[in-house]
Amino acid sequence: MIGLQHYLTLSAMLFVLSIVGIVINRRNLILLLMCIELMLLAVNFNFIAFSRHLGDDTGQVFVFFILTVAAAEAAIGLGILVVLFRNRRSINVQELNTMKG
Amino acid sequence: MLFQAILFYFFSAVLLGAALGVIFSRNPVHAVMFLVLTFFQSAVLWLLAEAEFLAIVLVLVYVGAVMVLFLFVVMMLDINVEAIRRGLTRYWFLGLGFALLMAIELMQLIWLRSKGLLAGSGFESYPEGYSNTKALGSVLYTEHVYAFEIAAVVLLLAIVAAITLTMRKRPGLKVQNIAAQVAVRAKDRIRIVKMDAEKKQ
Repeated sequence: MIGLQHYLTLSAMLFVLSIVGIVINRRNLILLLMCIELMLLAVNFNFIAFSRHLGDDTGQVFVFFILTVAAAEAAIGLGILVVLFRNRRSINVQELNTMKG
Repeated sequence: MLFQAILFYFFSAVLLGAALGVIFSRNPVHAVMFLVLTFFQSAVLWLLAEAEFLAIVLVLVYVGAVMVLFLFVVMMLDINVEAIRRGLTRYWFLGLGFALLMAIELMQLIWLRSKGLLAGSGFESYPEGYSNTKALGSVLYTEHVYAFEIAAVVLLLAIVAAITLTMRKRPGLKVQNIAAQVAVRAKDRIRIVKMDAEKKQ
C-alpha cells in the first residue's frame, strides 16, 4: 500500500541526488540551477504527501507558491547567467573570482 | 491497490533514473531533457496521489515555461562542455559522503523512528465527484489571498528583474529612432525650387 512513507522516501532520495549533483557539478552554473530545481521538486513532494496524509489542502497551496517562486528564481537566475556569460565568456564557477583580493 | 503500487514503483524508478541523468549527463542539453522527464514523472506521481491540479500545473509551468527557458539559455550560450566537465571537483568524495549520511539519516527517520506516527494504510481516496481544483481554489482565494497577491508581485518582480538584467544597448546597431520619425515635418524633407525650364541648345 503506497502511503506517506513511500512518498517521503522518494522525496528524500531525490533531495540527496540533487545534493550529489551540486557537489559534483560545481563547475557548471546551469547544472547547479537545475539541481536547485530538483531540490525544490523534492520539497514539493513532501508538501503534497503530508497534505494528502493529513487531509489538509493548505499543503497543496504551499506547493503552488513554491512553484511560483521557483519560476521567478529560474527567470532571474538565468538572466544573471546570461549577463555573466556576456561579460566573462564563461560560466565556470571556479573562474568567478573577480572579488577575490 | 497492487496495480497502484506497481505504477508507483515504476514511475519512481524512472524519476530517479532521470534525476541521475540530470546529474551525470555530459551535455547540458541532455541534462535539460532529463529534467523534463523528471518533471513529467513527478506529475504522474502527483496524479497517483490525487493532487491533479498541481500535477497539471507542474507540466504547464515547469515543462512549458521554465524548462523551455533553460533550454533556450543552454542553446544560446555556447559553452565549452568538455572543458567544464573534465574531471570531478576536488571534494567530490566529501560531498558524496555527506549525501550518503543524509540519506541514511532520512531513511532511518522515515522508516524506523516514526513507525507509529507516519505508518498508515496509504492516503484515503476522495469520494466520487470530488474536485481537487475546486478544493484548492476555495482555500487559495479565502485563507491565503494575501499570499496569492504577494505571489503575483513576486512574478512582476521577476519580469522586471529579468528584463532589466538582460536588456542592453549595443553600439553600432542600426535601429529606428521612432520619436524623430514621428516628429518630422514635410517642410524638412521636401524643398520646392523655382527655376526656369531647361531648353535644348
